[in-house]
Amino acid sequence: MSILSCPLPRPTTERILLAHGGGGRLTNQLIEDVFLPAFSNPALDGRHDGALLAISGARLAMTTDSYVVQPLCFPGGTIGDLAVNGTVNDLAMCGARAIALSAGFILEEGLAMETLRLVVNSMRDAALAANVPIITGDTKVVDRGKGDGIFINTTGIGVVVAPNSIGPELVRMGDAVLVSGDLGAHGIAILSVREGLEFEGPVSSDTASLWPAVEALLEAGIEIHCLRDLTRGGLSSALNEIASVTGLRITIEEARIPVSDIVRGACELLGLDPLYVANEGRFAIFVADEDAARALTILQAQGVSSGAARVGTVYDHRSGIVTLRSRIGGNRVLDMMSGEQLPRIC
Amino acid sequence: MKFLDEYRDYDSVQRMAHEIRRATTGPWTIMEVCGGQTYTIVKSGLQELLPSLITLVHGPGCPVCVTPVAMIDRAVATALLPHVILCSFGDMLRVPGSTQSLLDAKSLGADVRIVYSPLDALQLARSNPAREVVFFAVGFETTAPANAMAVWQAAREGHSNFSMLVSHVLVPPAMEAVLAAPQCRVQAFLAAGHACMVTGYQEYCSISRKYRVPIVVTGFEPLDLLEGVLMLVSQLEAGSADVENQYTRAVQKEGNRRAQARVAEVFEVTHRAWRGIGEIPASGLRLRDHYRGMDAEARFGIHLEDASEPSECIAGLVLQGLRRPYDCPAFAIRCTPEAPLGAPMVSSEGACAAYFHFGRKKHDVDSLVSLAPADH
Repeated sequence: MSILSCPLPRPTTERILLAHGGGGRLTNQLIEDVFLPAFSNPALDGRHDGALLAISGARLAMTTDSYVVQPLCFPGGTIGDLAVNGTVNDLAMCGARAIALSAGFILEEGLAMETLRLVVNSMRDAALAANVPIITGDTKVVDRGKGDGIFINTTGIGVVVAPNSIGPELVRMGDAVLVSGDLGAHGIAILSVREGLEFEGPVSSDTASLWPAVEALLEAGIEIHCLRDLTRGGLSSALNEIASVTGLRITIEEARIPVSDIVRGACELLGLDPLYVANEGRFAIFVADEDAARALTILQAQGVSSGAARVGTVYDHRSGIVTLRSRIGGNRVLDMMSGEQLPRIC
Repeated sequence: MKFLDEYRDYDSVQRMAHEIRRATTGPWTIMEVCGGQTYTIVKSGLQELLPSLITLVHGPGCPVCVTPVAMIDRAVATALLPHVILCSFGDMLRVPGSTQSLLDAKSLGADVRIVYSPLDALQLARSNPAREVVFFAVGFETTAPANAMAVWQAAREGHSNFSMLVSHVLVPPAMEAVLAAPQCRVQAFLAAGHACMVTGYQEYCSISRKYRVPIVVTGFEPLDLLEGVLMLVSQLEAGSADVENQYTRAVQKEGNRRAQARVAEVFEVTHRAWRGIGEIPASGLRLRDHYRGMDAEARFGIHLEDASEPSECIAGLVLQGLRRPYDCPAFAIRCTPEAPLGAPMVSSEGACAAYFHFGRKKHDVDSLVSLAPADH
């Protein structure tokens, strides 16, 4: 039987599983099977981190995101930091500077007021650092046991600063793939607190606004082809999305991917792959090969992207896959994450 | 990073691969027994560095893959009981039973928790005295000592709300089952270093003698595996069949005596069914009579019809090294990590999942070999 003649059946589940929110293959299926058919329109169908709108000559970007992390406070930040930075970053990935945020809170009955204050103060600080006001909001309280302390939704509006459009469709053969710093710190920081694991040293979340790095590239006149923040599903899922949209092959080199020793050690111990671990202050940049060195220098001069590195190249195999050249010189396919990463037995 | 980088060093690996190419004349089929070794081989693209005369086949050493459907069904049924907290290692959660996985049970409201050690499950029993805490004890000799320790401690402290669903299996009987199969084409074994760390490798000497196969106890890093292959190839080319130890930094011939004693005190050898392979005599562990009160199967009286596996799944043949994952007509079409037909598609150590994630299809595997390295 030819694989080509047999359309891939969609594995469907009858209930929502946690993995539907994991940013990998099941999340994509949910979007394609449920949301896109219902809401389809040109702005949505682009499937960028944010939607682009042209209103009376102004080029705006809009995005929304909900935050449900446990624990609410973790090394390096709180759910409030994520709620501000995550939305600011989604706009930055469209080449847009955030100009206003909304904040919706779903609070669980019994939540300590002190915890709420802590989270709100961290949102204030993150918003100040990103220079964006929170201009409207909403609060709901649900019965005890019907929430998880605090859920936050933020929506952001930004002004598109990038002179040209930015997106996977601009990625070209020969492009360089850069990442803005070491990978996996956020996911491992959360895991260490959630599971009570202790490593050789503290691991802090990398949560931060990425706009200063994007702005520096734009101000220097770098022609950015595509930007992608490396949140759920990590670098691997982001690259796979771009490879599958463009049909190009992206090749990265394991030895060039920055991962701190602590994160690497934790991943080895737990049987996780840092390329799939979530980040909240890291992004991938696609630029033409001839711009790569200059872009790298500009990124390395910004605090949030001081650990930037070139990790790979785009090739014109019309295969739509991501391949990784391992440290020892072998090649393999780097697949999108299936479901959640589950720690291995041994 | 110390103790890792030196075993993944590009130059050392290339040198070792060169040695292997120089030493190899005959076609040889070598089985790596352990799923952790399969994972390294596929993840680091190791096969590509070996001469085409050497075929690596992936053995039945993935605990997730060989746990029978009926045992998954029992775990799901136990998890769905009121008051039960079912604790499991992470990668067991997605394994399909006959109708449901533990993740499905979780979405139906079962309290299923991922733990990193059976002692974490025991801690849950201490802090939840009103709940029944059940640990799903799967694995080979490697995980048996910690599981035995948890049972021993629970008994000593008198935690009557702690029990275990035991599905422990042993490596040497599985190797014998592979060798005894009439169509067996395995000529040598890379034995699982971590299991040997506990048991030592005296038991392997009789297998090596009986079937005249070389066995090398091997570690899990790329350089370990290549050195293990080189040791096997040297034996195969010379026509010898001995047991050797590549993983000397972790394994001693007699193993870890204290761990063995604890295991022997708590567990006894029993017959076990292996998913995809069937029952293998004296191939598993169960709780001894003295600890039978902590046997979750007996405690909750869960009796289920014996479950059958999806007829299309060739997991048994894959686990015995008789077929490759991409030989299966369902591979990557009707069987994917999201909707697995068989367990090797679930765990990252499972041969099918490893091929799916890292090589996907035969076509991809072949085309990867011809890739030019990234030239920057």
